[in-house]
Amino acid sequence: MSSNSTTRPGQLGLPAKQGLYDPFFEHDACGVGFVVDMKGRKSHRIVEQAIQVLVNLDHRGAAGSEPNTGDGAGILLQIPHTFFAAACKKARIPLPAAGEYGTGIVFLPKNVTKRRRLEEKFEQIIQSEGQTVLGWRTVPTNNKSLGETAKASEPAMRQIFIGRSPELADNAAFERKLYVIRKRAYNEIRNTTMDGAEYWYLPSLSSQTIVYKGMLLTLQLADYFPDLSDPTMETALALVHSRFSTNTFPSWNRAHPYRYLAHNGEINTLRGNINWMHAREALFISEAFGDDIKKVLPVIDPHGSDSAMFDNTLELLVLAGRPIAHAAMMMIPEPWSGHETMDDARKAFYQYHSCLMEPWDGPACICFTDGKQMGAVLDRNGLRPARYYVTKDGLVILASEAGVLDIDPINVEKKGRLQPGRMFLVDTELGRIVEDEEIKAKFVNERPYREWLDQHLVKLEDLPAAPEVPQPDHETLLQRQIAFGYTHEDERLLITPMARDGVEATGAMGNDAPLAVLSNKPRLLYDYFKQLFAQVTNPPIDCIREEIITSAETRLGSEGNLLQPTPSSCRRVELKWPVLTNEEFAKIRRMELPGLKVGSLPILFRVTRGEQGLRKSVEELCLMARRMIEEEEISVLILSDRGVNKDFAPIPALLAVSGLHHYLIREGLRTRVSIVLETGEAREVHHFALLIGYGCSAINPYVAFETIDDMIREGLLPNIDHKTACKNFVKAAAKGVIKVASKMGISAIQSYRGAQVFEAVGIRQDIIDQFFTWTPSRVGGIGLRTLANEVLLRHRAAFPERPVNGHVLPEGGQYKWRDDGEFHLFNPETIHFLQKAVRLGSYSVFKDYARLVNDQSKNLCTLRGLLDFKPGDAIPIEEVESVESIMKRFKTGAMSYGSISKEAHETMAVAMNRIGGKSNTGEGGEDPIRYLPLDNGDSKNSAIKQVASGRFGVTGEYLANARELQIKMAQGAKPGEGGQLPGTKVYPWVAKTRHTTAGVGLISPPPHHDIYSIEDLAELIHDLKNANRRARISVKLVAEVGVGTIAAGVAKAHADVVLISGHDGGTGASPQTSIKHAGLPWELGLAETHQTLVLNNLRSRIAVETDGQLKTGRDVVIAALLGAEEFGFATGPLVAMGCIMMRVCHLNTCPVGVATQDPKLREKFQGKPEHVVNFMKFIATEVREIMAQLGFRTIEEMIGHTERLEPKQAIEHWKAKGLDFSSILYQPDAGPEVGRFCQTQQDHGLDKSIDLTQLLALCQPAIDKGEKVVAELPIKNVHRVVGTITGSEISKKYGAKGLPEDTIRIKFNGSAGQSFGAFMPKGMTFTLEGDANDYVGKGLSGGKIIVYPPAGSTFPAEENIIVGNVALYGATSGEVYIRGMAGERFCVRNSGVDAVVEGVGDHGCEYMTGGRVVVLGQTGRNFAAGMSGGVAYVLDEAGDFDTRVNKQMVGLDKVTAPAELAELRAQVERHAQLTGSARAKQVLAAWDTFAPKFVKVLPKDYQRMLACIERAKAQGLTGDEAIMAAFEENARDLSRVGGN
Amino acid sequence: MGKPTGFIEYLREIPVDRPPLERVRDWKEFHLHMEEKKLRNQGARCMDCGIPFCHTGKLISGMASGCPVHNLIPEWNDLVFRGQWQEALRRLHRTNNFPEFTGRVCPAPCEGSCTLGIISPPVTIKNIECAIIDKGWDEGWVLPEAPKTRTGKKVAVVGSGPSGLAAAAQLNKVGHTVTVFERADRPGGLLMYGIPNMKLDKQEVVLRRVQLLEQEGVKFICNATVGDNVEAEALLKEFDAVVLCTGATQPRDLPVEGRALKGVHFAMEYLTANTKAVLGGDGSKSAISAAGKDVIIIGGGDTGTDCVGSSIRQGCKTVRQIEILPKPPLERQPDNPWPEWPKTLKVDYGQEEAAAKFGADPRTYLTTVKKFVGDEAGNVKEVHTVEVKWTKNDKGQFIPQEQAGTEKVLPAQLVFLAMGFLGPEQALLKDLKLETDPRSNIKAEYGKFGTSVKGVFAAGDCRRGQSLVVWAINEGRAVARECDRYLMGSSDLP
Repeated sequence: MSSNSTTRPGQLGLPAKQGLYDPFFEHDACGVGFVVDMKGRKSHRIVEQAIQVLVNLDHRGAAGSEPNTGDGAGILLQIPHTFFAAACKKARIPLPAAGEYGTGIVFLPKNVTKRRRLEEKFEQIIQSEGQTVLGWRTVPTNNKSLGETAKASEPAMRQIFIGRSPELADNAAFERKLYVIRKRAYNEIRNTTMDGAEYWYLPSLSSQTIVYKGMLLTLQLADYFPDLSDPTMETALALVHSRFSTNTFPSWNRAHPYRYLAHNGEINTLRGNINWMHAREALFISEAFGDDIKKVLPVIDPHGSDSAMFDNTLELLVLAGRPIAHAAMMMIPEPWSGHETMDDARKAFYQYHSCLMEPWDGPACICFTDGKQMGAVLDRNGLRPARYYVTKDGLVILASEAGVLDIDPINVEKKGRLQPGRMFLVDTELGRIVEDEEIKAKFVNERPYREWLDQHLVKLEDLPAAPEVPQPDHETLLQRQIAFGYTHEDERLLITPMARDGVEATGAMGNDAPLAVLSNKPRLLYDYFKQLFAQVTNPPIDCIREEIITSAETRLGSEGNLLQPTPSSCRRVELKWPVLTNEEFAKIRRMELPGLKVGSLPILFRVTRGEQGLRKSVEELCLMARRMIEEEEISVLILSDRGVNKDFAPIPALLAVSGLHHYLIREGLRTRVSIVLETGEAREVHHFALLIGYGCSAINPYVAFETIDDMIREGLLPNIDHKTACKNFVKAAAKGVIKVASKMGISAIQSYRGAQVFEAVGIRQDIIDQFFTWTPSRVGGIGLRTLANEVLLRHRAAFPERPVNGHVLPEGGQYKWRDDGEFHLFNPETIHFLQKAVRLGSYSVFKDYARLVNDQSKNLCTLRGLLDFKPGDAIPIEEVESVESIMKRFKTGAMSYGSISKEAHETMAVAMNRIGGKSNTGEGGEDPIRYLPLDNGDSKNSAIKQVASGRFGVTGEYLANARELQIKMAQGAKPGEGGQLPGTKVYPWVAKTRHTTAGVGLISPPPHHDIYSIEDLAELIHDLKNANRRARISVKLVAEVGVGTIAAGVAKAHADVVLISGHDGGTGASPQTSIKHAGLPWELGLAETHQTLVLNNLRSRIAVETDGQLKTGRDVVIAALLGAEEFGFATGPLVAMGCIMMRVCHLNTCPVGVATQDPKLREKFQGKPEHVVNFMKFIATEVREIMAQLGFRTIEEMIGHTERLEPKQAIEHWKAKGLDFSSILYQPDAGPEVGRFCQTQQDHGLDKSIDLTQLLALCQPAIDKGEKVVAELPIKNVHRVVGTITGSEISKKYGAKGLPEDTIRIKFNGSAGQSFGAFMPKGMTFTLEGDANDYVGKGLSGGKIIVYPPAGSTFPAEENIIVGNVALYGATSGEVYIRGMAGERFCVRNSGVDAVVEGVGDHGCEYMTGGRVVVLGQTGRNFAAGMSGGVAYVLDEAGDFDTRVNKQMVGLDKVTAPAELAELRAQVERHAQLTGSARAKQVLAAWDTFAPKFVKVLPKDYQRMLACIERAKAQGLTGDEAIMAAFEENARDLSRVGGN
Repeated sequence: MGKPTGFIEYLREIPVDRPPLERVRDWKEFHLHMEEKKLRNQGARCMDCGIPFCHTGKLISGMASGCPVHNLIPEWNDLVFRGQWQEALRRLHRTNNFPEFTGRVCPAPCEGSCTLGIISPPVTIKNIECAIIDKGWDEGWVLPEAPKTRTGKKVAVVGSGPSGLAAAAQLNKVGHTVTVFERADRPGGLLMYGIPNMKLDKQEVVLRRVQLLEQEGVKFICNATVGDNVEAEALLKEFDAVVLCTGATQPRDLPVEGRALKGVHFAMEYLTANTKAVLGGDGSKSAISAAGKDVIIIGGGDTGTDCVGSSIRQGCKTVRQIEILPKPPLERQPDNPWPEWPKTLKVDYGQEEAAAKFGADPRTYLTTVKKFVGDEAGNVKEVHTVEVKWTKNDKGQFIPQEQAGTEKVLPAQLVFLAMGFLGPEQALLKDLKLETDPRSNIKAEYGKFGTSVKGVFAAGDCRRGQSLVVWAINEGRAVARECDRYLMGSSDLP
C-alpha cells in the first residue's frame, strides 16, 4: 500500500473503489470453532482451549503479502466479571455487579486528542440514552509481532463500561439499549466527518458477551491481548475464528466473531437481503423497542462484510424478542418444501416464516451465541464442514476440523458432525445439548402455524378459473413478435427445445458476437446484463442432482411487520413456479379476495413522445404504483405491456420492473406489494432470471405462448398440443432460472428474487443508479435515450409505414451467422483466410485474416477492438525478443479428450510441444502412452493437466506427468455449471482414459466437492503441489465483477498461475443462455485482476494468464498491456486444424473430425501439427511487429502498461460512444517496490510436511529397491495431505502399476489433517488409529487406507463420525476400510475404489462411476444422486433406505446371486479383519439374518451396459471388441436414460 | 436442423433429367422434379452450420463463394425436411424475388461453398430451391401482392433482365409506380432470349413471373429502346428516378481472318433467333438454323453449352466446342480450396446431349482459332485452329503461346462466338452523360448504385460487367433500396 490517498474516509483499511476494483466484492472464509462447558462452569481453561483450537485452525486463515500480517482472528467470551472487576479497580472505574453493566472494546484513533473527542461524543450518546458512563479502560495490547500493514492501521483499543439504568425492566431491555447506543454511535460518529471517525468500531457492546479481535494471525491473538492470558479471565463458552480474506488490505473490524456469531461461508443473496431488509424497515413496529426502533436504522451497516450484515439482522431479530435459535431457523431454513419425511408442523413453521422473510442463501457454517446458548447451523446444502466432540466431563468442542484439541480418547463420549439442515445447540443454563428435534419441536409448536396458513395462505390451484383467458391472435402476432425483437432463430433454437422437450437450448463453440452495446442492431435490455456465478469463494449448486435443496415457490401479496408477525402475515397467494401460463395468470388477475387486492398498470409509452417519452412513462408508472399502494391498498401489482400497437411501444419490461422495484425500496413501500409482469418480451431463461433477480414475483410471457401456438399451427412444432407445449415451456423457464440461481450458489427462487446477481456492461451509471441501484456497471454506456431508440427501431420494424416483408420474422444471427444478422468475428471470410494461411504457411494471408479481425471500424465487436495503441519510440524488430521466446507463453485451451477427437487432441499437443508452449488435457484424463516421447522427437504429452470437478482420469500418475496442473474453477462458456457427457459419446477409448464404463453417461458436478471456499482451494493447491512438486499450479477463473478479488485470494492460496478466461471462449456443449449471458469479456476481468493484485502487492508472486477468443497478435499485445503474461488460444487452433464453426460439438456430428468421437467422421480430420504451429508463429510474429512499433523489447516490459493504450478516437457508434474505458486503463497508485509481473516463487511450505521431514526418507528403500517398509508415526490435524509426496515419487517411477501391495505400511496415531492419503498409489497402505478430516483418500490411485478409532475409546464406533466430508473424491482405484461413520458426500465421483464404511452422511456415492462401496449402517439423504456406475451395498436394517435414495439414475435390488453374496461377505470380512470392527463382526456372526437386509444400488445405464458386454462376450467377442460391440448396441438403444 | 445425422445417412441425389435422346427432340425443359420423400432426405443432409458458407455470397479470389442474394438456405432446407413447404417458400422469397430463375439457371456457388462439400458431395441446394418455388406456383401460393398505398413517386427501370425485374418488383412493393422499358418484343432480357427454353421455359416460367409483376402494378413497355424510340432526356423529366439495368450485352469478338463470313454469328444472335422461333411455335424455323450442319462453338461457358443444346435440337450434323483454357481438373486443387468456387470440370446438359448423340464430349481445350475460311459464296466452311500453351510473360501474366505443328482444319458451316461480354452498349450511356469505369461499365459504387447523374441508378451487368443471374438479382434488389432511400429519405427495403 503506497499511501492513504487510496483510502476513502470512513472505510479504514480497505481501499476505496478505484479502477475496476470495488471493495464490495471482498470475500472471506475461514476456520471457526467453539468450546463450551455444557454445565456453564466458567473457567480460564475454556479460553486456553479455545485459543488452542484457533491455533490449530491456522492453515484455514491466511496471511497477506507479509507473512506476519494475518487476515484476522478473534474470540468471543462471556463477560469475565472477576477479571473486569479487578481491571476496573486498577483503572478506578466503579463496576457494579455482573449483569448490571455493559461493556465492549472500542476501536479508536491513536491520536489522543481525536480519540478523546470521539469518546466524549460517545459518552453524550450513552447519557442521552439514560445510561451511565462508568469509565474507560485502555485495553493492554502488544503489537510487537504484528506486520507493518497491520500496525499501520492498528486502532487504539479502549474499553467502555456502561452502567445500567434502573428504569430498564430486564436484561433484555438493557441489551436492547446497548444496541441502540451502538447503532446511534455508528450513525452519529462513524458516519460523520469527525476526525478519526474512520477508526470507530465496536466489536461488541453487551452485558453478556465480549469480543476480542483484530487483524491478527491465530498465533498472535493471545500475545496481542494480554487480557486473554489472565487466569481470572474466565468463561463457560468461547467462540473463535480465523479469517482468510481474498485481499491483503488492513481491516481490523472485519475479523470475526461479530456480536452474535462467527461465520464460515458466504451469503450469495446478499444484495437482495440488504434491499429487502431496507424495504422492511419502514414497516418496523416493535413493542420491545418502542420509539427506539427508529434509532437503530439502518439495521444493516453498509460497510460490513456479508457476515457482518447477517449478524446485524440476527441481532435485530434476537433483540426484538426471538430466541436466537428461532432467528437462525428463519434466516437459514432447512430445505423443507421438497422434504420427503419432514413433519407437517415443522413444514408449516417454515412456510409461515417464508412469508416474513427470504432465506439468506449461500454456503455457511454459522456458530452463534447469546452468551448462554451456543449453537451452530449449516446452510441447507451442508457445504461447510463442522465436527464436534462431546467429552464425558461435559465439554463440547466444535470446529471446522476434527482434532483441533487433544482429547484423551477415553474421555470422548461422542464424535459427530454438523449436518445440513440440523441445528446443534448447547444450552449452558439447561446444562446439556439440545437435540435438533427438541429445539425445533419447541418453536414449531409455539404457534398454530398450520392453522394460520390454512386460514390465510391461498394456493393458486384453489383460485377459481378465470372466465376469460386471452386467446392468441394470429393475425397480429407477427407485429408483436417484431416489436418485442423476436427472430426466427429464437423460434428455432430457443423456443423449440423449451416447448417440445421442456429443456433449455444447447449450443457450442462460445460466443464471438458483439456485446449489446457494440452491436449495430437494436438489442433487448436483457442483453446488457451478464449473470454472475460462484467461483472459489463459494460453490455453485447442482440443481439437478441435488434438487432436494432447491425451491421455486413464490408468494404474492404484501409483507407485514417482521418484528411482530400476526396470523395474517401469511396472507399470500402461493405459486409453484414464478412463470405463469395464461390460464394461471388470468386467475390472479381476476382474484378478488380480502387482503389480496390486485391492481394493474400498463407499461407502454406513446411512440410520438419519442425518446424522451420513456423516462417520463417510467416515472409516471412509479407514481401511479405508489398511489395504488397507498390509497387503494393494492398488494399484487400487475405490470402489463399488452396493447402494443402502432401508437404505443412497450417499455422494456426489465426497466419497468427494476425501476419500480428500486423506487419502492427507496420509498419504503416495497414489501407492501408484489410485482407480477405480463409481458410479450420475455422468452428466454436469461430474461426470466433477470426479471426475478430484479424483484419481479411472477411472469406471464404471453407472446411466447402465442408464438408456441403459432409454431404448432404452422407445423414448426409437430406432434404436440398447445397445453403440453406451454407446460414444457414454463418448466424449462423455471428450471432454467433455478439453474441460473444455482450457478451463484442460490437454491431458492425466493432468495434469488431481488438479489440482482448481475453485472451490466454498457449501461450508463445514472441509469444504474436510478433503475438498477447497486448493480456494477464499469464501462459506462447507453442512456435512456438510446434505450428508447432501440425500442423504437423495433417498433418501427413492426409497424412500418410501407411494409416490405410482412410475412416472416427476421432470421436473427445471434447464434448462427447470417448475412443481415449479428456480426461475428469468426465469419466466412476470417475462417477462410485463417485456414488458407496456416495450410499454405503464408504470413501475408494471415495478415489478411488479422486485418479482418482487428479492424472493427465497421463492426464493433470487442472492448479491445475499441482500444488503440499509443505510438511510442519504435525500435528495430531485431531488438525484440524472438518469436520462439514469445511462443513459450502460448497455451491451448482446455479441451477434453472426449469433447474433441483423439486426432485433434494429439495434434494440438504435438504442435504445442514443438514450439515449447503448453497444451491442456482438458478434464478427460490422458492416455498414459502419451507420456512417452515419440520416435521422431515429438511428444503427445499435454504439458498442462487439468483437474476439474469430475476428476476424470486424475490419478497420481497423471498428476506426476504434468508441467502445470490447472484447477478449473469455471469455464468461459458456462461458468458455474457442470458438464455432462452423454453415454452415446462415452466411446470405449474415452471411457478408458476417464476410468469409467463405455456407453455410460458422465457428469461433472458444478462445484469441485473439495472446494466450497477459498481456504478449500488453498488446500487443493497444496494437495496438487504435493502430488507434483515440479509442476506449477494454476487456477482457472472466468471474468466477472470481483474476479480480481478472487484472484488475490488465489494468489494468497499459493497458486503459481491464475488464468482469467473471457466469457466468450469455450468449446463443447453449453446452454445457450450461458454462452451468451454469463461472465464478462476478459479485458474487464484481466484488468481488474491485474489492478487488484498490484493494489495488494501480490502481482509479483503469481503469473497471470488470459484467454477467450484471442485471435491475433494485436489481441495478445493488448492482453499484455492490460496485465497478462501468458496467453491461451482455443478456437483459433481448432479453426487452424479444420474447425469450421459448425457449432455442433454437442451432437457428435462434427463433419471435419474435430469435435467428434465417431470413427467415420474422425477419418475426415485433416489437421496437422504444422497448422497449429503456423498459427502460433503468425500470432507471435504479429506480436513482435507491434512490440517493435511500440518500443518494447520483452513481453515482461509490456505487462500492465495501460498508459500505452487509449480509447479509439472518433467512436461515433450510436451506442458505443457512451463507453468509458478509464476504469479498464486505470493504474493503481503503487510504489516502485511493487512488482508488476511474476518474479518470485510462491512458498508452498512443503518442507514442513510429514512427507519431506520423515516419510519420504523412511520410504526411500521401497521406492529405490522395492524393499518393504513398516513404520508408525504420530499425526495431528495440521498434518495435511500426508503420503502424497511419497506417492508421487512412486507414480513417477513406476507409473500406474505402483509397487506390490503393502510394500509400504505406515501406521499413524492421532487426528489426520485434510486430504489424508491423497492420490496414493498402489503399494502404499496407511492405517490410521484416531480420526481424519475431510478428503480422506482424495484421488486415491491404488493405495489402501484403514481407519479405526483409538484404543480405549468407549463410544460405539459405528455411531460416531470418524472421517470427514468428501472422502474418496475422484478416487480411481484402491481399497478403504473405515470403522465408523463418514460425513457428507462419501465416495463422490469414485471411479474404482472398493470401500467399506459404517455409515455416511447426505449425498453418499454421488456421481460415482465405478467401484464397490459397502455401507454397514445409516445413510443420509440423496444417496446415489447422479451415480452412473459402480455398485453400493447398503445394510438397511430399518427398511427405510429407499426414502433416502435419489432414484433418478439407479435401481435398488436385493443381493441374491451366490457369487455376489460371497464377494460381499469377503469384503465385510476383510473390513472386520483390518479394522477390528465390532459392527462387521456382528453382521458376519449372523450373516444369514443380515444378508437379506443389504440393498444393492446399481445404476440403470451401467447395468444395461454390463449386460450388453456380457451379450457381446457370449457371442465370442473379447476385450476391446466386446466393449465396442456393446457400446454400439447401447448407442442404438434410444430408451437410454438421458438427464439434462 | 431436424436431423443432425442426415448428412451421414443420406447420399447426395439430384433428380434425373429427361433422357438426353428424348429431350433433344423438343424445346421443353429437361429438368424433372424429384419425389417429395427424396427431397426431404436431401434437405436433411443440410448440417445447419454455425457459419453457413452457402448463404455467404462473398467474393473470394474474385469468384462468388456462397449465395450472392444470401438465400436462407439452412432455414429452407430444414423446412423442406420437415415438409413445411409454404413456410420454406416464404423464407425463400424473403431474399430472392425469382427463385424459379436461379433454381434453373444458377451455377450454384452455394453448393461450391457448402460445408458438407469438405467431406462429401454438397447438399443439392439448387434443386431444393427449384422444388420449393415450383411447388409454390403449383399450389397457388404465389399470389400478386400489390402495395396497400402508393407513394406517388414514379420510377423508370430500363431493361427487364433479372436485375431490372428485381428492382421493379422491390420498388413496386414499397409503393412506387414503376414502368419497365424493354427494347425487345418481350420482357425478360437475358432470361427471355439469352437462355434457351429447355433450360428456362419462357411461357411457363419467365412470363408467368412477369405477369405476376404486372398484376402487382408494374407496367412493362416493350419494343421501347431508350435513347432511340424513347427519349432519354424525357425519361429523366417524366420520372422521379431512373434505374438502368441494361445488361452487359456487348459481346467479345474474335477479330481473325474470315470473321465477316456468313455463318459466323455471335451466340446471342443465334439464341435469340431460336427462342423467337420456339415462342412462335416451331424452333426449327429459326432464322439461324443448325440443321444438317457442322457447328463449331468458340467458348466453353454456359452460353456455349446453350448453343450446343440448341444446335442438337435443330438437328446439326456435328457439334464442337473450342475452349482456349485448359481442361479443368476433376478435383479441387490446393490453390482452390473450399469454400472457393470450385474450378473443376463440369458436364452440363449440352455436353451430355452431345455425348449421347455423337458419342463424345464436344469440348476441345487449349485450342484457339487462327482463321475462318469460307467458300466462294462467302459462307464459312472451315475453322482453322491451333493448340496453345499457357506461359507466364515477363510481367508474370499468363498468356497463351501457339504451339507450332498443332494446326487443324475443322469443317464448319455454322460458327458461334460465345466468348463472353465486354460491357454495356455505350449509346445510352453517352446520351445520359454517365461516367463509366475503366472497363466501360457504368460507374456507380456497389451498395449505393447512384451514377454520376442525380436520380439515375445503375445495377446489374451494366454496372458490374458480365456476371451471374443471381448477382443481377442481388443488385436489382439493392438498387431498389437505394432508389427508395433517394426518393423517400429512408428505406425499409433489405
